[in-house]
Amino acid sequence: MSETNKNIMTYYEVDVSQFSETAKLMKKMSASLTAQWAVEGKQFFEVYACYRTEEDFLIVKSLLPKDKPEFPSVSKIFLAASRFERQIYSFMGIKALGNSDLRPWIKFADWPADAWPLRKDFNSAQCLKRVKGEYAWIQAEGEGVNEIPVGPVHAGIIEPGHFRFQAVGETIINLEERLGYTHKGIEKRFESLGWLEGYKLAGRVSGDSTVAHSLTYCRALESMTDFTLPPRAAWLRAIFLERERIANHLGDIGAICSDAAFSIMLYQFMRLKEHFLRTNQTLFAHRFMMDCVVPGGVSVNISAEGAAQMTQELAALETEFERLVKIYDGNPSLEERVRDTGILSTKKALEIGVVGVVARASGLNLDSRSLYPFAPYDKLQVKVPLYTAGDVNSRVWVRIEEVRESMRLLRELLADLPDTTIKVPCPLPERNSTGFAVVEGWRGEVMYWLQATSAGTINRCMVRDPSAVNWLGLESAVIDNIVPDFPLCNKSFNASYAGHDL
Amino acid sequence: MIRTLWQILKTGIVTENVRGKAADDISVLGQKLSNIVKQRFRGSLTIRHVDAGSCNGCELEIHALNNPIYNIEQFGVRFTASPRFADMLLVTGPVTQNMEIALKRTYEATPTPKLVVAVGDCGCGCGIFSENYATIGSIDKVIPVDALIKGCPPTPAALLNGILNAIEG
Repeated sequence: MSETNKNIMTYYEVDVSQFSETAKLMKKMSASLTAQWAVEGKQFFEVYACYRTEEDFLIVKSLLPKDKPEFPSVSKIFLAASRFERQIYSFMGIKALGNSDLRPWIKFADWPADAWPLRKDFNSAQCLKRVKGEYAWIQAEGEGVNEIPVGPVHAGIIEPGHFRFQAVGETIINLEERLGYTHKGIEKRFESLGWLEGYKLAGRVSGDSTVAHSLTYCRALESMTDFTLPPRAAWLRAIFLERERIANHLGDIGAICSDAAFSIMLYQFMRLKEHFLRTNQTLFAHRFMMDCVVPGGVSVNISAEGAAQMTQELAALETEFERLVKIYDGNPSLEERVRDTGILSTKKALEIGVVGVVARASGLNLDSRSLYPFAPYDKLQVKVPLYTAGDVNSRVWVRIEEVRESMRLLRELLADLPDTTIKVPCPLPERNSTGFAVVEGWRGEVMYWLQATSAGTINRCMVRDPSAVNWLGLESAVIDNIVPDFPLCNKSFNASYAGHDL
Repeated sequence: MIRTLWQILKTGIVTENVRGKAADDISVLGQKLSNIVKQRFRGSLTIRHVDAGSCNGCELEIHALNNPIYNIEQFGVRFTASPRFADMLLVTGPVTQNMEIALKRTYEATPTPKLVVAVGDCGCGCGIFSENYATIGSIDKVIPVDALIKGCPPTPAALLNGILNAIEG
């Protein structure tokens, strides 16, 4: 009944009638739901649920007859399923029975209702005709309740999304997100790409996480065959990943302070980030290291001088960084804004299944670098910072400590850089095989699941950005906060729109 | 407070043009930009950025223009929250089906005369994405475009250069 993949995941196939029973069992084992997706096979629809247990990931698969595309919902057992199931219905036309909210998600109400883009007979090149359709927003009634719609075009240089607040006075009583504005049909697009070019698209799922996404794609692809990565490539990949983490955390800490009207920190941190990005440009020929991770290894090497330059840069950065941390820590008016703002309790965090920085700020010890380490992380023993308050302040401190830890990791990686080749040919997967990988990006765990067709091409590429679950956390964290604190809460989550919308 | 003030003093002015050293291209570009903004926009060019479906890569670089090292405001260029005040729309793409209406509305809300600059390989063409059920494609398929800034993503220097070209032409 089960087959074990050589890496961190196990498959179970259950009858569809057992789909929600399995979920209950998982809940009892304190597992959490990380993703749900569906595939159209030749004879059946396949629906998958991926659970994270303490040891590994369990992927539960059920087959559905084509004439009866439905499965029992698990949204009452795992909150995150509510959105996954809406997404499955929107893109595959497979109904989760028992989920009372199957309003289109990412798909908009003005698409034809029977457009199921991830089905195989869907012509992806077509231009969709807009139809009349209204999205059924959640309504609130009562004396003094007012509604504030925001977006999709926001007041800053940020991505598009729509937020609808219901507030009494200034206090938020409900927030409903509607996302999907940047949906580009990425999962469908993967199906028309070759295995060895997919990494470029993965690197543009969410531009700020280009290393994490292309790395996860490559690892999923490499997991499908007997492939051994040259050690130097593994080391360099980790260097890219940690540099991406530092750059984004620097930007985030500054931006959070700026949203609390303490703008000196924004400019100071942006200055540090800019210098850091310029080093990327010098050493790796790209400020965000796009296309540096490729199937079979990496595309750029580092010279001894380059490594020395990086070590020097770290020393300078550390001094500057610690000085700014002291300012953050010693400012009561800033503390007043960030402390106890946007609380996501441990209980709620667990219920939703948030990941990454957000999870660690709410007391969940989740970091795939330490839970499911691949080389070179298995040697590094990543220290995972843990805060329990779940407020904006905790999310800042997790980032601060992660910058420190990433600096330490970079030093260790540089000190012990293996002297091998950086790229070897990556074999193509066999027919009908599947691959899976999880990488801790700066936001949290990025997850890819790949499946080959019977002809050996890409049949399905499932992408799960950490934002897919963390957006739900934001909806919960802003309740009872005042509307003017929303930008602060939002920035402290800093979920990706593009990574979520795909 | 003392720490904060000390940090400000110690950092000094990091903006490259002001120091006049090292950053050759930025200072030269910036000077040109500043002159044209003075001549044609009475010293103030106001930009509204619209993300019409980008991966967020271009946004990071547009952000960087506001960091103290490029400090685009020194050249009289300012980002605004409302299209009503904008002289120029800086649009990243590719335009998605779901952003088409919002992009058109933003365009219509911008007073004429206005300039539209398409940013990034995806805004100028379609980049790695294909025109499909969800992606309409380059910006000029939806609104008239005056200038292009290519790159994936374009660097801050390329953005400055592109904005300069757009108002020079």
